[in-house]
Amino acid sequence: MTNHWSDMAHADVVMICGSNAVENHPIASRWIERAKANGAVVLSCDPRYTRTTAFADHYCKMRSGTDIAFVGGMINYALQNDRVNREYVRHYTNATFLVNPEYDFEAGLFAGYDAGKRAYDASKWAYELDEQGVPVRDMTMEHPRCVFQLLKKHFARYDMDTVCSITGAPREDYEKICDVFTSTWAPDRVATWLYAMGTTQHTHGTQNIRTYAILQLLLGNIGMAGGGVNALRGESNVQGSTDMALLFHILPGYLKVPAPPLQTLAAYLEKNTPKSNDPSSGNWWQNTPKYMVSLLKAWWGDHATKENDFCYNYLPKPSGDRSFISLFEAIYAGTIKGLLCFGQNPAVGGPNSNKEREALARLDWLVCVDLFETDTATFWKRPGVDPSKIQTEVFLLPAAASMEKQGSVVNSGRWAQWRYAAAKPPGDARSDAWIVTRLVQELKALYEAGGAFPEPIRHLTWDYHVDDHGEPDIQYVAAEISGYYMEGEQKGRQVLNFTKLADDGSTCSGCWIFCGSYADYADGKGPELNDGPHITEVRGRKTINRLAKRFKEDPAKVPEGRCRGLDPDWAWCWPLNRRIIYNRASVDHQGQPWSPHRWVIRWNPALADGKGAWEGDVPDGGWPPLNNPDGTPNPASRNPFLMRPEGVACLFATALTDGPFPEHYEPLESPVANLLSPQQFNPVIKVWEPDLIGDPREFPIVATTYRVCEHWQAGAMTRNASWLVELMPDVFVELSADLAQRKGIHTGDWVRVSTKRGTMRARALVTRRFEPFFVAGKLVDQIGIPWHWGYAGLATGDSANVLTPHVGDANTMIPEYKAFLCRVEKEEVV
Amino acid sequence: MQLSRRAFLATTGAAGTGTLLSFLGLNLRPTRVYAAQGAARRGKVVTTICPFCGVGCGQIAEVVDGQVVGIEGDPDHPINEGAVCSKGAALYQIHHNDRRLRTVRYRKPGAKAWEELPWDRALKMIAERFKKTRDETWVGQEGGLTVNRTEGIASLGGAALDTEECYLLSKMMRGAGLVWIEHQARI
Repeated sequence: MTNHWSDMAHADVVMICGSNAVENHPIASRWIERAKANGAVVLSCDPRYTRTTAFADHYCKMRSGTDIAFVGGMINYALQNDRVNREYVRHYTNATFLVNPEYDFEAGLFAGYDAGKRAYDASKWAYELDEQGVPVRDMTMEHPRCVFQLLKKHFARYDMDTVCSITGAPREDYEKICDVFTSTWAPDRVATWLYAMGTTQHTHGTQNIRTYAILQLLLGNIGMAGGGVNALRGESNVQGSTDMALLFHILPGYLKVPAPPLQTLAAYLEKNTPKSNDPSSGNWWQNTPKYMVSLLKAWWGDHATKENDFCYNYLPKPSGDRSFISLFEAIYAGTIKGLLCFGQNPAVGGPNSNKEREALARLDWLVCVDLFETDTATFWKRPGVDPSKIQTEVFLLPAAASMEKQGSVVNSGRWAQWRYAAAKPPGDARSDAWIVTRLVQELKALYEAGGAFPEPIRHLTWDYHVDDHGEPDIQYVAAEISGYYMEGEQKGRQVLNFTKLADDGSTCSGCWIFCGSYADYADGKGPELNDGPHITEVRGRKTINRLAKRFKEDPAKVPEGRCRGLDPDWAWCWPLNRRIIYNRASVDHQGQPWSPHRWVIRWNPALADGKGAWEGDVPDGGWPPLNNPDGTPNPASRNPFLMRPEGVACLFATALTDGPFPEHYEPLESPVANLLSPQQFNPVIKVWEPDLIGDPREFPIVATTYRVCEHWQAGAMTRNASWLVELMPDVFVELSADLAQRKGIHTGDWVRVSTKRGTMRARALVTRRFEPFFVAGKLVDQIGIPWHWGYAGLATGDSANVLTPHVGDANTMIPEYKAFLCRVEKEEVV
Repeated sequence: MQLSRRAFLATTGAAGTGTLLSFLGLNLRPTRVYAAQGAARRGKVVTTICPFCGVGCGQIAEVVDGQVVGIEGDPDHPINEGAVCSKGAALYQIHHNDRRLRTVRYRKPGAKAWEELPWDRALKMIAERFKKTRDETWVGQEGGLTVNRTEGIASLGGAALDTEECYLLSKMMRGAGLVWIEHQARI
């Protein structure tokens, strides 16, 4: 999330599209409700009339997988009706940048497409540069090759009729949505966009989100209180686990994983440290060397020296894609022999899960660490298989639950919050920290006697005050993630924040974006100096665990007009405890807020002895405002989007694999032809199983998957809790009254849902929440299935993921769980 | 604790009045104070964060003699202000649950059932398998380039772990040369 949960109360318009927040993030509705009480209008756009829709003022239905058409039409509406915050767009986005004449778009393809490789040459989309290497800008935004005009041209094709025809949205409802949402183009009006997996789980998921970003930038809603593009994350610590890089393509803090051609640290840094010749760009990633070296120091300590490239060659270098679907394909192919699963249940959660279950049987060994016996851990005794034919060795290790250990989790709003052990885990269950530590100890012992390249294991630092039972002091881990000085006068002292990290090996930081989350007591300020469990001792120093802070802001002390809920002394938020990111875009060139009655930051010339300073949230870039008080540009300032080398936000994005602008393509499986171009589906996706694509004549119904409030993800925790099982015992299929009538299906009947991959049984739930869509004049049915169930646990049932395809988004490889084709049949009672 | 009938009525009456007032929208204060100060609590209060979705609601666990006797929404928490959803309200059953794993289980190749193992034995066996697979599938060089990775081991999961545990897992797996490292965020 760019913003955070309680900030939603500031919105004038709340759009929920690609999320069923009221069902899946129920406490979010508390803040949407607060916004409504303040006069906000709530919009819901979804294939199904959901619990969130019931909460909304206006609803517009849309067929699964047509988000780019839907939002593209909204972008077009904003541009055609001049509902654009022009000052914001001119100065804070790349709308004014000129694009290389080679850029083109025709017949659904951007310039540079190679059909043989199914890939683009993105150099065809480059900016036009001047002699200094700075992008050429046309501040009038009239040049035919400026981004603003290219954007206008691209989305002019997304007219009202075309969009409604593709998406099946009723025109009147759609117009209402366009009108209400784009009304926030006025500088003093703000809209927020809430989304979740309904947006991401498509072969064009990244571009779905791009449409939100483009629209929100045109309206000037990024960086504002009550604004932003907000991904409602589905797991309590999926933000923290991503920050810590449990993904193949990143290192902690979103540093890039080294690719094989980058053989030295210098080569890695040269390739991955962006450069900008534009003096107005902050280009924050220019600090990459400091963050990378501090990470290597955190991992290999004194063994990491300047002379040995700080152990850069210890880092494994993957070639090619190693993401989730590829990983299961590699298990299936026999490349991967051993798998460790920490609290994940792919036998239910993975796409084409029948194949993933079969793949598990090809492993030599499997280790599952969990609270309960999961579907993954018991794949060898699942219904219909003969255990004696499965040779995989399986270890199932009992883990401690959240309230049985100490540590932090990062919520969707990037708040890192500490929690404590309330009781011991049951029986022999242990924390994951203990399990990992014990495994590291065993491996270190084994590799003392030799083995393949043993040094990275032998030299891996593990100085966490581990006790005789193998339990690390988790405070030491948190302190290392934040970082401390490793040499010099300040040796042992926590580093103040990431601006103090160094590339000479004098500092360590396990994850630079967390730097400053764990402070030396001497660097403390304000309420955090009070006594409490956040005051700790690490490596013999008195320290402050800022993640554990619980001091609420006194509402009486909030300056007039400032947004509520920043709560700077409640937990800690990356980066630098900044609660709303891109907040430098919430002010004009003088540093004064666009929306004075909910300002986030503002420049106060009276502060700092008359030199002026920012007040409010931690500014996203501490430089002074873009202009001096006399209106002349201040050369000491920097543009507000400091993580981009351009310094501004990208309406036109050159870094994506599938085009600089979003373009509508149908899902891999679709009942209709693409009405906008001859490109049926995203031209750069990898199609893993071409013979497992369903033919719409055989599988004419669109299906999607989702969750219910009473269960959580793959169900291991909730399908074993009797109270929740009682509330929601069985898997079901929701289908429209219209479709049910044609099929002779009644609520409670057993039905079979089949795709080219598999078949599942479920109870029918006939409902008006689903209605058929009219797409290009043709009737298209859609059904939906919650996916939590499996064969293990107290409540069992078929998994919806036996139906879903092994295909992923062109940029992220997230599976297309949200739109595929199926057939529905009533199961005859014998 | 034995309560006389009169004392029982007085206790429930006081709590009941606070609840009734809050339902009528008159004054939420008594309920908050009741929860925050633990006036009617038997044990100590430990703050925690809900382990389900990404909202990060605060919860409080009440502990008596080392046992959790109840878990409820934290009224001081600025996001949920004491409220929880159905899953959050069932958090007690994640801790107190006969179905929780209490021992290490091991399944031999081809076996039809689990057997139990002591921790030390299991960890040694896993480490041995890890080393064997790592060493057998080690790729030091590829096309003349140093890549230092194992192709044969994968690690999944992390979104249900604490951040510090995720960090340790990331450090261990990359330290051991794994490149197949993925978790829930991808799917």
